[in-house]
This record gives sequence, C-alpha cells and structure tokens, in this order.
Amino acid sequence: MTVETKLPYDQEYISQFSQKHKEPEWMKSLRLQALEKAAALPMPKPDKTNITNWNFSNFKHEAAGEPIQSLEELPQEIKVFLDLENTDQNLVIQRNQSVAYASLSSELKEQGVILTDIYTAMAEHGELVQRYFMKDAVGVDENRMTALHAALMNGGVFVYVPKNVQVEAPLQSIFWQEDAEAASFNHVIVVAEANSSLTYVENYISHNQEEEAVANIVAEVIAHDNARVSFGAVDNFAQGTTAYINRRGVAYRDAVIEWALGQMNDGNTVSENITHLIGDNSVSNAKTVTVGRGKQSQNFTAKIVNHGLQSDGYILQHGVMKDSATSVFNGIGKIEHGASKSNAEQESRVLMLSKDARGDANPILLIDEDDVTAGHAASVGRVDPIQLYYLMSRGISKQEAERLVIHGFLAPVVTQIPIKAVREQLTEVIERKVY
Amino acid sequence: MAGSTLEIKDLHVSIEDQEILKGVNLTIKGGEFHAVMGPNGTGKSTLASAIMGHPKYEITQGSVLLDGEDVLEMEVDERAKAGLFLAMQYPSEISGVTNSDFLRSSINARREEGDEISLMKFIKEMDEAMDYLEMDKNMAQRYLNEGFSGGEKKRNEILQLMMIKPEIAILDEIDSGLDIDALKVVSKGINKLRDENFGCLIITHYQRLLNYITPDKVHVMMQGKVVKSGGPELAQRLEAEGYEWIKEELGIEDETVGQEA
Repeated sequence: MTVETKLPYDQEYISQFSQKHKEPEWMKSLRLQALEKAAALPMPKPDKTNITNWNFSNFKHEAAGEPIQSLEELPQEIKVFLDLENTDQNLVIQRNQSVAYASLSSELKEQGVILTDIYTAMAEHGELVQRYFMKDAVGVDENRMTALHAALMNGGVFVYVPKNVQVEAPLQSIFWQEDAEAASFNHVIVVAEANSSLTYVENYISHNQEEEAVANIVAEVIAHDNARVSFGAVDNFAQGTTAYINRRGVAYRDAVIEWALGQMNDGNTVSENITHLIGDNSVSNAKTVTVGRGKQSQNFTAKIVNHGLQSDGYILQHGVMKDSATSVFNGIGKIEHGASKSNAEQESRVLMLSKDARGDANPILLIDEDDVTAGHAASVGRVDPIQLYYLMSRGISKQEAERLVIHGFLAPVVTQIPIKAVREQLTEVIERKVY
Repeated sequence: MAGSTLEIKDLHVSIEDQEILKGVNLTIKGGEFHAVMGPNGTGKSTLASAIMGHPKYEITQGSVLLDGEDVLEMEVDERAKAGLFLAMQYPSEISGVTNSDFLRSSINARREEGDEISLMKFIKEMDEAMDYLEMDKNMAQRYLNEGFSGGEKKRNEILQLMMIKPEIAILDEIDSGLDIDALKVVSKGINKLRDENFGCLIITHYQRLLNYITPDKVHVMMQGKVVKSGGPELAQRLEAEGYEWIKEELGIEDETVGQEA
C-alpha cells in the first residue's frame, strides 16, 4: 500500500527554490526529475515498523536563520556541543537552513580541504558535488523519501579531503533547527580521496514538542583507496519531528569507514546506516546507541555489504528502551558472491527498562560466498538483578546502580564519539532520556 | 564496646521454596575472626548471600541484627552502608564501568554529601592497596571484573574490602581457585584489616586458608545448620581427619542440603 501524501510543492515551486539559491542547472533538473519520480515511487517499508500514519507531509520547507558574529552568542544548549576553548574551529553551524557560522583553519584551506555548506559547495565546487550527489551511495529513486529528499533538499554540508592529506582535527557540523516547524532535508557529503583521513562529527538539534516537523536526511560518505573516515553523529530531534535518516558509506580498496552514531531522537524515527565495502581489504565498524522513551516508535537498520576480497564488517548496536517506546533493530551482514575471505560480524543488544517497552533485535546474515567468516549475537533483556545486587552490596543505591549498568551498556559506542564535547553531550542526553 | 556486632539468630532461608538454611545461630563481634567450614552443599554460601540480601534467597524465619538493627529490613545498599561487606564467590562483571569509578562511588556512597573522598586521596589509597595486593595498576582502569581471571577477581574483592573498610566482612570462598602465592597475598590483605573494630566471617571448605588467617572461632556447617563450633584447633583436626568423624559423632549420613552445589 502506498500512502497518498499530497505535497504542496510543485515544479514551479522547486524551480524557484533552486533559482533563489543560485543553484547550477544540473541541480535544478535533478530536483525536478526527482519530484516527478516521487509521485510514482512507493514509501520505504522498514521491516516490522508500520510508518503509514507517521507525519511525513506536515512541515514548513523554508526557514531562514540569523547569522551569528561569534560563538559566544549561541544559546547554551548549542554551545555545549562545542569545544569553545579551541580558537581554531573547523565548524559549520547551520541555523534552520542558513549558515550562521562557518570557519575552517587556514592550514586546512591551503591543503585543499573543503568544509562548507551545500549551496556554497555547489557554487564553488560544482563538479565535485555533482559527481557525488546521490550517485554512488544513496540513489534518488530508491523510494519516495529519497526522491523527495533530492527534490526538497534545503541544507547540508560538503566535506572534501584531497589525496594524501591527513586531517587530524575533527570537522564538525551543527544543524540547529531553531524554527519549530522547519523541515530538515539536509544533505551531507563526505569525500576522502586516496590515502587521506578525516574525522567528521555532526549534531542535529531541535526543540519542537507540539509543533510537527519532518527530517529527511541523507549523508553519503565516500572513502577512496586507503582513505580513513571516522564519522560521528548525535541525532537529537525533539518529539515533534518525524525523522527518516539515511547514512551510507562506500569504501574502496583498503579504505576504512568508522561510524559512531548516537541515535537520540525523541520522535518517530527510521534510521538506516549502510556501508558498501567495495574494495578489497576495506573495513567498516558501525557502532550505534539508542535510547527510546515515551511512546516513540523507531526502526534502525545497520547493514554492511561485503563486495571486496577480505573485506571486514562489524556492526554493534546497543539500545535502551523505556516507557512504552518501541524499537526494531535490524542488523544485516551481507557477503556478495566473490567476496572471499571476508568477514561479517554483528552484535545487537537491547536493554528493557519497563515492561511496556518493546525491543526487537533481528540479526540477518546473507551470504553468497563459501570462503568467509560471519557471526552474530543478539539479545533483548532487562537489567541483570545480580549485577544490581553486586553494585548495591557496596553501598551504591539502586538508582545509581542502574545508571552505572546503563552507562556501561552504552559505553562501547559513546567512547567512540570523536569530539570530547560531543561525547559529553551524548552522555548527558542519555542521562536525560533515561531518567 | 569496640566495633560492631552481627547477630544471626535461628536463620531459615529458602531458594525457590526449598529450605537451605534450617536455623543458623552465630554472633560475630568487632575484633573477631570466625571461620565457617563444611563440605560443599551444606549451606555456607547461602548464609553469606542471605545476610547481604541476594535477590534469589528468601528468609522464612529468624533474624539478622547489626548492632541491634534489623538487617533483613534493609535494602542491599543500606546493609552495606550500615557496615556490612560481602566478598563474593562469583563477582559480577560490569561492562563499561571502570574499576576505579566503581570503587570511588562505593566509598562515596558511605559518606555524606559534600564529604566525598578527594580524587587525590582516593588515587593514593588505591595505589597503596593495589601495591599491597600486588595488582597490576592497569586493573584500575579496566571494566569491573570484565575479563578478570578467577584470581584477579578475588584480589579485586579484597581491594574493595581494603578501600571500603567495613565494620563486618563476610568472605565467601575467597580462597577458591587461588594458587598458593595468590592465597598468601589475599590473606595478607585480610590480615592487614585485623583490629578490634573489624569483624570477619570467613567461609571456606579448605583449611589451607586458615594457615594464613588464624580464626578465633571455627564453625562447621552441615545440613543447613552450624553443627559444631570450636577454636582454631577444630580447623586443624578437620584438615587432618576430614569431616567424617563429625558426621559419625552426630549420626549424619548426608551432610548436604537442597540442590546447592
């Protein structure tokens, strides 16, 4: 069954929107084609989660935001994600759909590193953006949501690291949805050329409780031969936002893509993280944490596809469910024919804090090659009373003991988040969501 | 009066409706070291777990008092704060919580808010205790008991004991699985705590631990009760002659109780 979502956006609106942002012609026609396709394409069908009644149509597509002169002007809730003592920030702050603040160290600029908003990237590095925009990772015509994403894309960041350049300092984006009804059709592209390395961290923040909004987000990570990308994210959309998030990676020969995702939205969410290990010896580690609360329903897919010889994929998903939250965790390891000597490992663990919460861990291994190794582990359980007993026997209160066990449970991912300030924020968000 | 007093009176304990302890009486005072001995499956570990409040054990009769306060009415953490400590036979592994964070939380749990141990003092005390127990310093930053060998877990229990400094400690088979060198180190740690304010209940089924820690009193458990008590010489005789003579003396054929292994 497809959902009839009548969109208030037509060809004319899209054309004008594109012109207003001075986009190149190719982008405008890509948008218009995508809009046409969207009408005919089906909605995505996440396994075991019914999204037919979710709000994907009620939102405000355009919302500008004021620039800021210095980081000191930011409200506290945004400041906490930043390392303010560092004066040499590599940072883009997007306020609604405008760039409020952008800085990149001169050293990195000289080396040819790009960290800029998607519109500037299209204007200044049009060929690069065109080469990667929904080409190798996410396709426009995968489903209605990906097509709508292309048609309505209204923000995002482009990251590019040239050949042989090692970027030590993290590159950071903050997507601050200040307007409670503003939709986020954010598009992030991260390209690491051969033998390069980078760390990128992004934060999504909104505060809409009653107001409805939609986030339809795509991030595409391309790691060329022997490149290394470490991608960290903390998603923190408020209750009113329905989110459809696609983060996808393509790793070529000897490349490594590391994901550390804190999936902390308070609204209904479908979040997919897929990595294609195209090249021989390529590696991906996908680590995610989630806390579900209230009545939210979430569906998470972590998938790694081994194409290359001796490629190695490892998925780790940890989720905590409380109240009457529902979550489905799909872990998919797929080994294509010919990817011999490759390895697909995955582990999904769900900790239930209330009897009304629901958690579902689905480990799936799809293997079309003989000479491989693969393994999976999945569990759904409660806090172990014997662990609590042990901690309490040292004088620690029951609440504190539970807190320790939950933090410990989520630590394997939290400790992987690259920026200290973001890591601490994730810890704080977890704290707030769990208690 | 020096130290605290733990009184166990007519204690009956069941697990899954099966009675394991059938009326245990014991009193441990500050300054005293008691050993509870007995073959496997006679209820020794059940006694330790029941006193601390293990969730699987149900007290069906009797009382446990610490300085006159009813321990059985307390939550597990309250029992610890009242002064009890149990070095467990099988300590839990807690992933993601470092040994040192856990220890600091444990120490601070027994202190008033605003009177927490300073980080410097904590690190100094922990370093000293770890040196004393010949522990690898890296263990402070490892996750609590995760991947620890059997011997490392036992040392870690004694490290906690030395840092927390309870009034009354119960050591549940702290010697099992230890080689002789580790046994000596662990005993050294326990002996360091010996003073008139510290009472200790040592549960073991090997006499060898008592070569290093001399008990003031020795009790033998069979069939869920203390069947014989005496001084250190009782342990010596058990080492030399085993438990058969007690069974004969008391007319016991099967000393075990319930399903406890």
